[in-house]
Amino acid sequence: MLKKPESAAPNLLRRLLRNRSGSVGLLLVTFYMLVGLMGALALTPYPTLEQHPRERLKPPTAQYALGTDLFGRDVASRLMEGAANSLRVALFSVAIATALGMLFGTVSGYVGGLLENIVMRVMDVFFALPALLLALVIVSVLGPGVNTTVLAIAIVYTPIFARVARAPVLSVKEMEFVTAARCLGMSDAAIVVRHILPNTLAPLIVQVSLALSWSLLTEAGLSFLGLGAQPPTPSWGVMLSESRGIAEIAPWLMVFPGLAIMLGVLGFNLLGDGLRDVLDPRLKSSKH
Amino acid sequence: MRSFNNVMIRYLAGRAIAFIPILLGVSILIFSAIRLVPGNAIVAMLGTEAGMLTETQRQSLEAYFGLDKPPIEQYFIWLSGVVRGDLGLSARFGQPVLQVILSRFPVTLQLALMAMAIALTIGIPIGVLSAVKHNSFIDLVGRLLALLGLAMPGFLLGTLIIYVLSVYFRILPNSGDFVTFADNPSRNLSQMIFPAITLGFSFSASVMRTTRSAMLEVLGQDYLRTARSKGLTEQVVIRRHALRNALIPIVTIVGVEMGYLLGGTVIIEEIFALPGIGRLVFNAISQRDYALVQGIALFVAFNFVVINLIADLIYAAIDPRISYAKET
Repeated sequence: MLKKPESAAPNLLRRLLRNRSGSVGLLLVTFYMLVGLMGALALTPYPTLEQHPRERLKPPTAQYALGTDLFGRDVASRLMEGAANSLRVALFSVAIATALGMLFGTVSGYVGGLLENIVMRVMDVFFALPALLLALVIVSVLGPGVNTTVLAIAIVYTPIFARVARAPVLSVKEMEFVTAARCLGMSDAAIVVRHILPNTLAPLIVQVSLALSWSLLTEAGLSFLGLGAQPPTPSWGVMLSESRGIAEIAPWLMVFPGLAIMLGVLGFNLLGDGLRDVLDPRLKSSKH
Repeated sequence: MRSFNNVMIRYLAGRAIAFIPILLGVSILIFSAIRLVPGNAIVAMLGTEAGMLTETQRQSLEAYFGLDKPPIEQYFIWLSGVVRGDLGLSARFGQPVLQVILSRFPVTLQLALMAMAIALTIGIPIGVLSAVKHNSFIDLVGRLLALLGLAMPGFLLGTLIIYVLSVYFRILPNSGDFVTFADNPSRNLSQMIFPAITLGFSFSASVMRTTRSAMLEVLGQDYLRTARSKGLTEQVVIRRHALRNALIPIVTIVGVEMGYLLGGTVIIEEIFALPGIGRLVFNAISQRDYALVQGIALFVAFNFVVINLIADLIYAAIDPRISYAKET
């Protein structure tokens, strides 16, 4: 009797946990997701907008684990909702960028010819501008806010996904199983979905994890400049920006949002490195 | 045999022609994006004072800045100016855009060069050491530093540096007016060093990672064993044989990063109050100075493609196997 084939997912998880970067990254990302989820469900120690006028700029104590800000709002609660907000921006923007990038990359790579040329030249245009500059222009066109941040980051990272998705398509489409599928009378759309796409997944998954870390950084940068989430909505970038000038008397206002950004970025980055080691042995990361 | 110069010039000309569609694309992209901005440019420019304008005054201002024509016509008028080296007039400064950009560019260029120097001074030696003493304590420290640099955005490091300087050293960097290097070198350097460290540190992380993995790749090659076995000292082997071959990916990443640095580092210039391209574009965007934003975007993209070209030339200088001469 044939044994049921082992599902790939638990296997991947096991190998990821055995990888040093992967396990640390997964731990940080899980922690971040949990905190973000609690923030999103308002399971915070205090309501994030609740002001305690008598307890402004309190250092971390048992009552306020990470201190309070200029308005006496609980920093820990605001960080938790900030995690939810930046995670939301990162997930949506990367999801859009992945979908669009995969569409442009696989279709242009598969069809080839003029279409491929046009799509790739358009992507070159996007590459010639620094990501933040492009994001700034987009945000200024659409007006600051969370939704425009999502859109700006998605547009900025789409070309990267298009490139990543296209490369494997170019090699896979010449393979014999694709020719065989075509001989069997499969339509182009079916070939792309059934045979080409699965082969582009490994590099894309790695890219998604790395893009999530860039997206966190870009979101924090835009909101630091006052173009992302608008106060009083808590966001790590805004909190860090607000700490300027009062950090001398209340350093915790700078330290904790800073740490939050660093750990979040680090988590997705390490997870991406780990996934690359596990999924794609040809693309070794810097660890040998 | 054709002379080297001849071949090089033909290669450069070919590359330059290939840039034109990219630059055109950037100009169309930015032009159409900016035209989508809600609100009137004159109102955005003058703020509340715009309400005091009479209809005739408003119309003559629009005519002056060419805003009274349909967008497509505006684009072609602008483009024909660009070809002649005229990027239009900045509504905010009342000066030619190119002049405004060039007056700010030295600050950004100096910052980028200083940051690059810092990044390479830190990144390359640590990267080489990390690879040579693979899996040692130095390697661990180097990799931790690289991770830190990767996860620490410039605005965070910049904020931290300002905090430490003001609290522990009682220095407020960049309080007061910015001075150029030509006017007062020591004061200029004291204003530039901290932003340069901020940028340089973040960038040194990627230089270090790239150097390390390129060196690890090279160190396993046969020709290094040959070099060692013919009695060369380890130092010569590493410097002349290994590092030289590892330089190509380093040049690539330096090129990409330099292109971005010259595009102005909006956040760092904002934090440290440096009057460079980054702050210029940030202000131009919020003030809807159309012509200026367009001009800067084109200027930045132009820098980016030129630097890519320079990187290509450096490849050829490092690696004699790379030749841009077409086989005949």
